[in-house]
Amino acid sequence: MSEYSEPTSQPGGAPPAPLWEVFVRARRGLAHTHVGSLHAADAELALHNARDLYTRRQEGVSIWVLPAAAITASSPDEKDAFFDPAADKVYRHPTFYEVPEGAAHL
Amino acid sequence: MYGNDFPADDTSSGLLGEVEAAETALREAAERGRHGAAGADPAAYFAEVIAADQKVEPRDWMPEAYRATLIRQIAQHAHSEIIGMQPEGNWITRAPSLKRKAILLAKVQDEAGHGLYLYAAAETLGVSRDELVDLLLAGRQKYSSIFNYPTLSWADMGTIGWLVDGAAIVNQVPLCRCSYGPYARAMIRICKEESFHQRQGYELLHTLAHGTPAQREMAQDSVNRWWYPSLAMFGPPDTDSTHSAQSMAWKIKRFSNDELRQRFVDMCVGQAEVLGLTLPDPALCWNDERGGYDFTQPDYAELMRVIKGAGPCNRQRMEHRRRAHREGAWVRAAAAAYAAKQASKKEQASKKEKVA
Amino acid sequence: MTAHVEQTGPEPVPTAPGTTSAVPGMTPAAPKPVTKRFEFVLGLADDALVAAQRLAEWCTRGPEMEEDIALANIALDQLGAARLLLTYAGELEGAGRDEDALAYRRDDREFRNCLLVELPNGDFAVTMAKLFFLAAYQVPLYTALAGCGDERLAAIGAKARKESAYHLEHASLWVRRLGDGTDESHRRMQAAVDEVWPYLHELLTPDPAAPVDPATLRADFDSVVSRVLSEATLTVPETSWTPAGGRNGLHTEHLSYLLAELQVLHRAHPGASW
Repeated sequence: MSEYSEPTSQPGGAPPAPLWEVFVRARRGLAHTHVGSLHAADAELALHNARDLYTRRQEGVSIWVLPAAAITASSPDEKDAFFDPAADKVYRHPTFYEVPEGAAHL
Repeated sequence: MYGNDFPADDTSSGLLGEVEAAETALREAAERGRHGAAGADPAAYFAEVIAADQKVEPRDWMPEAYRATLIRQIAQHAHSEIIGMQPEGNWITRAPSLKRKAILLAKVQDEAGHGLYLYAAAETLGVSRDELVDLLLAGRQKYSSIFNYPTLSWADMGTIGWLVDGAAIVNQVPLCRCSYGPYARAMIRICKEESFHQRQGYELLHTLAHGTPAQREMAQDSVNRWWYPSLAMFGPPDTDSTHSAQSMAWKIKRFSNDELRQRFVDMCVGQAEVLGLTLPDPALCWNDERGGYDFTQPDYAELMRVIKGAGPCNRQRMEHRRRAHREGAWVRAAAAAYAAKQASKKEQASKKEKVA
Repeated sequence: MTAHVEQTGPEPVPTAPGTTSAVPGMTPAAPKPVTKRFEFVLGLADDALVAAQRLAEWCTRGPEMEEDIALANIALDQLGAARLLLTYAGELEGAGRDEDALAYRRDDREFRNCLLVELPNGDFAVTMAKLFFLAAYQVPLYTALAGCGDERLAAIGAKARKESAYHLEHASLWVRRLGDGTDESHRRMQAAVDEVWPYLHELLTPDPAAPVDPATLRADFDSVVSRVLSEATLTVPETSWTPAGGRNGLHTEHLSYLLAELQVLHRAHPGASW
């Protein structure tokens, strides 16, 4: 659920656990899809947390976790320059949206 | 479907259908696309996105008040999920059958998950989870007042599922269409998972209501205690609600407190009949003219007292949360220290490699 | 002691006189003939049930919200295994007791779990130590069961070993972090290992007549334990104290309290269904 954004401040105490973005492959043959984010001190913990948080209902067969800080996002101000050139190239759009989240509940 | 979030003839069976409809609408809105730049007037662009029932996404420009309202609302919602684990968590170790124990444990676990989805959604607005947790622990952000009532019997596990989760779902289903993308997506996921919560509660209560006389009495007593606090979950009456109008305009909120409360009462009456339990309101009566039930309003003065901290369990819930946080501090510090050690080992190893 | 009907299960195994209930203070007339296999399955079931109950006590109290979810998951796995095993134990006994009759209507003297699982949770380090050692025992145990001749046990073993493998991984992850984290966490983790260590002896006590002789699990157990403890910069305690008795129904003082809580509601409504 979390697109990357920088926390505005860090309250005192122990350093907050970094934010990780979680990607889940729902079934074999589908690409990993962004499902949300979580906090963990390191990658191994993040993977365990992701498994428990995002695949409690058998939503996935494979998980990626990636430090949110490692993501470089395009700036919304350049949105048109960045994306509009692709707008007329429909043939480049594969089955992009249709990974129904939580297919297992259906 | 826009502007018609509740299909006319639906009252009880279709909540999950509405969630799915909201999901479809979300995808359709995404497919309608929106090109054309935010450009020189981001405020006008924002207004257009809202007007077109499209989603505002994290890095879009948004009015500061919209951002602040969302942070406040999503954070309260997240806190409610986390604090809301306690009243039910209270009965896990005493669940009267192993099957019920498993169900309750899974349910309370889901609530932790929902809290985390919501904190993640709030974080997209530029606030950190630690900050929000600190605000909760400092008593500067609220959670749903319903969780300040005690769970005194096993039947409360059923009533919470039926009435409290039921009220929450009625509140939350429209949020699946909230204008802020990450919140809407989190709510879709949550509502799908919640539908099991409500059903298990109803089934549990049904079993008790059709069990021994003592079980039946336990069930009725529980409904008597939770009915009015559940009605109060929809918030103060529209005439007194401070945040409603702007939230409706921004499509954060889509129905008024009183509309949702009415809808909830109308749903519950028939469900209580099937249970064979009585809703503790002698004034409850069908009003043909309005096409809904007349009912006694909850005690809003009590609601205000509970919100202000004078409910039966406010102090206990907060202290429980603070204590878990405090007692876990050394574990979180250990995880951070270990991660730092491993990272520096890795760095040294890669330096060595480069030298070699 | 129990109200067992004098009847053996579907696969009668002759019981050597005096092998069960060799409990001091009991009158010698008490022992009833129960099958060896029933006792064995009950031991596994009670390990899982009591472990689940202890882990569930953590719910809403975890050091991180993420860890609340993880501990609940593991509790659910243990509870699931307990239910399968109790159901099977009830069938072996043939006295018509289902999972709930066995879980809710036996007293502590009739429970067959090892002492390790009933020890109080303590701090997060003690809980992780208990989970780590339990999983290090359950993984090779369930793996061996998965290949045993009893089809039901084999099926349960095949399912549960995957879950236990994850428990072992999760507990190891925390043992390493706490052991090699801060000074405080190291001190707590070492203290936890020291506290729990004597109870491991009971887990691996030889029992050649059991479907899986616990003594055969020792090599796997030792190798995992020594590897993880060493990665965690922890030292193996030296002790000659070897408390035991759980498999014979002689428990610590803690179990009776645990069962009082687990059973209170069920016992307050005899004959009710839930």
